[in-house]
Amino acid sequence: MTVSRGVQARFRCSFGPFRLDVDLDLPGSGVTALFGHSGCGKTTLLRCIAGLQPAEGALAVNGETWQDGSRSLPVHQRSLAYVFQETSLFPHLSVRRNLNYGFRRIPEARRQVGFDQAVSWLGLDHLLDRMPERLSGGERQRVAIARALLTSPDLLLMDEPLSALDARSKQDIMPYLETLRDSLAIPILYVSHSTAEVARLADHIVMMDNGQVVAEGPLQQTLARTDQPFGLEEDAGVIMDAVIGQRDEQWHLCRADFDGGHLWLRDDDTLATGQRIRVQVLARDISIALSQLTEQSTQNLVPATIDEIAADLSPGTSMVRLMAGNTPFLARLTSRSVHTLSLQPGQRVWMQVKSVAIVD
Amino acid sequence: MGPEWQAVWLTLKLAGITTLLLLIIGTPLAWWLARSQHWSRQPVSALIALPLVLPPTVLGFYLLIVMGPDGLVGRLTEQLGLGLLPFTFEGLVVASIIYSLPFTVQPLQNSFMTIDQRLLEVAATLRASPRDRFFTVVLPLARPGFLSAAVLTFAHTVGEFGVVLMIGGNIPGETKVLSVAIYDHVEALDYGSAHWLAAGMLAFSFIVLLSLYSLNGRLQPGVMK
Repeated sequence: MTVSRGVQARFRCSFGPFRLDVDLDLPGSGVTALFGHSGCGKTTLLRCIAGLQPAEGALAVNGETWQDGSRSLPVHQRSLAYVFQETSLFPHLSVRRNLNYGFRRIPEARRQVGFDQAVSWLGLDHLLDRMPERLSGGERQRVAIARALLTSPDLLLMDEPLSALDARSKQDIMPYLETLRDSLAIPILYVSHSTAEVARLADHIVMMDNGQVVAEGPLQQTLARTDQPFGLEEDAGVIMDAVIGQRDEQWHLCRADFDGGHLWLRDDDTLATGQRIRVQVLARDISIALSQLTEQSTQNLVPATIDEIAADLSPGTSMVRLMAGNTPFLARLTSRSVHTLSLQPGQRVWMQVKSVAIVD
Repeated sequence: MGPEWQAVWLTLKLAGITTLLLLIIGTPLAWWLARSQHWSRQPVSALIALPLVLPPTVLGFYLLIVMGPDGLVGRLTEQLGLGLLPFTFEGLVVASIIYSLPFTVQPLQNSFMTIDQRLLEVAATLRASPRDRFFTVVLPLARPGFLSAAVLTFAHTVGEFGVVLMIGGNIPGETKVLSVAIYDHVEALDYGSAHWLAAGMLAFSFIVLLSLYSLNGRLQPGVMK
């Protein structure tokens, strides 16, 4: 028997003028970001998947049918966990008893995540006997995440878990989320409207608008689409995973190797050789040269092949997609430069990368 | 047991049984009123609140008729071999349940309405069935509401007079509760005995309300240690 991995979700519902109509087939592991403006239906979709919002449709998670035409499992019979946007701890229970609430309801044989493991993953040791009202916003959300994990779910749903937190708490909690992404073998659906969070966490992305899916696919390829379905405008650019290959201690630089080339980054002494990082290169930070100019200040000159040239948001600029090995890049150039250099798909050029940001 | 103590005991028994039964009946009713969107919610709310505004004699009068030999309920109880309810202790319990219903339902309904719907959704995603959610989330968070409901119902039943007189009369050991006993003493110009019982009632009511207010101050959910 073949079991289809991943999440197949097809939903249709409407209230008032709003209509949700989606048909998605999402990967069986890693973080899928549901991205879009508020009111686009991403939270509604998450609630439909959880069974909190009744909707017509079908849902299967890793081969198990949770909903189809004739029947729909009630929420408490779905092996999922849900982390809500705002504080959702039980105010009458201590942190320990909040964590135990779901944990106790899972048969021992089904428990994949141990109590102590979840506590240490989210750094909760010293908080176990506190009441929720005595916790900071970031601590509460960490408890909520640990409580969700302790049900050993087959699917983790997170609805803007960081949006109610201040910048400092966001920074504090991010590494915990990254740990989860790397340690859990289950699909995580992460609702967000923050490009920074998506850039850091997501492997796969679903862009929604007005109750519909406008674009979806693996993060790297989808962000590198010249038609820019995400409407990032000035923030358009690509994300890639890289490994620190070498450190140049004299000049405080380090070399990030990616599939198809390398980039030099400023080394602030927090990186180690062999470390995996995720970097972002914005389209506006890349310019193109026809030959390898040696006398210039740009550190990063990467050979690449022009893949596609497309119109941009304004007629004055063009979006050029380049491939360095298997890694796509986007460059935003003035249309005049494209014309003057007579750039053509298939042409070998040099990318001058003015700035690279480490996002993870 | 002297006749005074008999009246005290009867009153406490009536109030205790009424409170217990009303919590059992009132909880699902209050839950439904707090959560339902059904059109019948408003008429039902108004019906439950009627004893708050009606003179007890009106209520007692209709109960007497309905439970009497020609009334709907009266014929039913007779057919079931239970006899007639007026002028019995059981009849008093039935009347008290109707009379004190708003004192149970309203505090419960209010405390159910303040419970964040989100917490019930969270509990559902943590595998709690609807029943489980009620006992592990709703009940503990509505504890102040249950306390208010129980105390108010008990105290209100202890204080009822008009309905008792209409439906129960004045049978020692069966329907002669405290408030009726006081009335009897006053009619007989036995002010000494009336004082004794009336002052007792006054002190009792004050202590009940005082403990309710101080307990409620401590029992706010989230402040419990």
